[in-house]
Amino acid sequence: MTVESTGEAASLSHSRRVFAVLSDHRVLVSLAALAVLPWLLPSQALAVNVLIYGVVVMGYNLLFGYTGLLSFGHAAFFGTGAYLTGIAIGRWGLPWFAAVPLAIMASTMLAALIGTISTRTRGIYFSMVTLALAQLVYYVALQASSFTGGENGLRGFTVDRINLLGWQINFLDPVNKYYVLMAFAALALWVQSRILNSPFGAVIEAIRENEQRARACGYDVERCKLIVFMLSGAISAIGGCMSALHLSIVPLDILHYQTSGMIVMMVLLGGARSFFGPFIGAATFLILEDVVSLWTPHWQIVVGAIFVVFVLFLPKGIWGTLLDVLPFARERR
Amino acid sequence: MDLSLIIMQLFSGIALGAVLVITALGLTIVFGMLGVVNFAHGALFMIGAYAGLYLASLTGSFWWGLLLAPVLVGAFGMLIEFVLVRRLYGRSIDDPLLLTFGLSYILVEGVRIVFGSDGIPFPTPSQLIGVVDLGVGFFPKYRLFVIALVAVVLLVLWLMLEKTRVGLIVRAGARDPQIMRVLGVDIGKVWLAIFGLGVGLAALGGVLAGPMRSVNPEMGTLVLAEAFVVTVIGGLGSIVGAVVAGLMVGICISMVALFAPEMATIVMFALMAAVLLVRPQGLFGLKGRA
Repeated sequence: MTVESTGEAASLSHSRRVFAVLSDHRVLVSLAALAVLPWLLPSQALAVNVLIYGVVVMGYNLLFGYTGLLSFGHAAFFGTGAYLTGIAIGRWGLPWFAAVPLAIMASTMLAALIGTISTRTRGIYFSMVTLALAQLVYYVALQASSFTGGENGLRGFTVDRINLLGWQINFLDPVNKYYVLMAFAALALWVQSRILNSPFGAVIEAIRENEQRARACGYDVERCKLIVFMLSGAISAIGGCMSALHLSIVPLDILHYQTSGMIVMMVLLGGARSFFGPFIGAATFLILEDVVSLWTPHWQIVVGAIFVVFVLFLPKGIWGTLLDVLPFARERR
Repeated sequence: MDLSLIIMQLFSGIALGAVLVITALGLTIVFGMLGVVNFAHGALFMIGAYAGLYLASLTGSFWWGLLLAPVLVGAFGMLIEFVLVRRLYGRSIDDPLLLTFGLSYILVEGVRIVFGSDGIPFPTPSQLIGVVDLGVGFFPKYRLFVIALVAVVLLVLWLMLEKTRVGLIVRAGARDPQIMRVLGVDIGKVWLAIFGLGVGLAALGGVLAGPMRSVNPEMGTLVLAEAFVVTVIGGLGSIVGAVVAGLMVGICISMVALFAPEMATIVMFALMAAVLLVRPQGLFGLKGRA
């Protein structure tokens, strides 16, 4: 009895140490998990989508999970990243390595603009205002059809090879494509991890826990919210660039309210406030969509119901709940 | 551009605004009382339009649809409060919002299953087809009816809230639910009724909008955004704000549609952004709330 329980305790403290090492190297561990993803999922296409939406949702998680700001307009930054990548390559003839930073910069500027207006409000107002402003972006893209292709979406740009310091990579090959896009995801993961480890990361979590107290501690809460809004938009825009490069078209729907809603659903399914949760959430949502749409075209009713159940009973999502339940993970997140 | 055209367009704007007022009012009353923003409000507006259409064809009369749809959809709203929303009081303010968002998915897809994905025309009631001479020009009868009906509904709501005992409880409950409990009022029942009223108003907006817009499962999305814009401009929780902002947005949209049609869908969002920069709590909102 005693021998057994000390053995158990020893193995528990061992697995706790392993978990601690893993979470200290969360970027590498996440990348390792993403690297084997195409072999775990039923199709290559699904894996690419998990990668892309995972990055978008990760950026969103910075705002919703870590800062506690429930935005309903994140499609604006995802979409702007995609559109600007497409426009820069297709219309201005820029190479991909110029188009991508340009697109990320443009999305960050849009986030600065929307953030300036929306972070003036709090609580429920914030959700409503971000939704409305994202709809504004949607209608602008719809009207400016000479620039964006309007309802038909943006077409006419295809990146077929990626030139990396003289090394030509055939981008049409699905395996190459996945790993090139994973390099973008690696950048996003690294940036996210750095932000969360920085003192600024601690400040945004303080704002989530108690805004008043953070203010009393002398932090400029409004400024921090604006900065995190811009960072979040920038990371999600990386996902937008990936989507444009992957699909070679940008559908108008990328800016739609439904896309914003999907991002919110994914973060909640996976687990807001956890590092890898967004990828779990994106995978869960996309697999659900894939599987359910096999036997009914009305997959949204099933997804909606599952989401409602999560809000009611599993508000921490799959990954967040798992981290709470597993004994060796309980102490740290 | 002659003056009569502008006046006609002004009337169109008021009719458009009247529907916005009713819809936004439902949203704002529920928020003022329960502190919950119903993200399924647009979907329930859409269900109201479908219910009105279905009941009108079932009974053969638009008037039964107009009367019964808000009542039935309102009762359905009470069921939603009782079964789902009620569990989330006391949790984070984001939770009811997320829940109703998920619910809107279910409702929209449910309507697609029952009525199909395509739009359905909503015939104008025969008594209200045609135009009326207003002196400056001819104006559709139906739109005048919408303006008049909304005015009546607003008057009834105002009398109910300001002059009756029930209204007193509602107003006091919005200020301080705790004290109302101490005084022996079952505030849970009041919240149930108010949620039902809010949803009923959304459904009424849906039926009234039916003959003016096409009825399809996606119509709720734009309506939700519009209702948000109106309540943000007017001030969340403010009834006067919803009325003023609703008419303002309606008139603004139809005026811009006259001069620069491509800007019509964009102008209300710009208006909202402008108001937020000057008064983050909205025109009639209380300072602490925003």
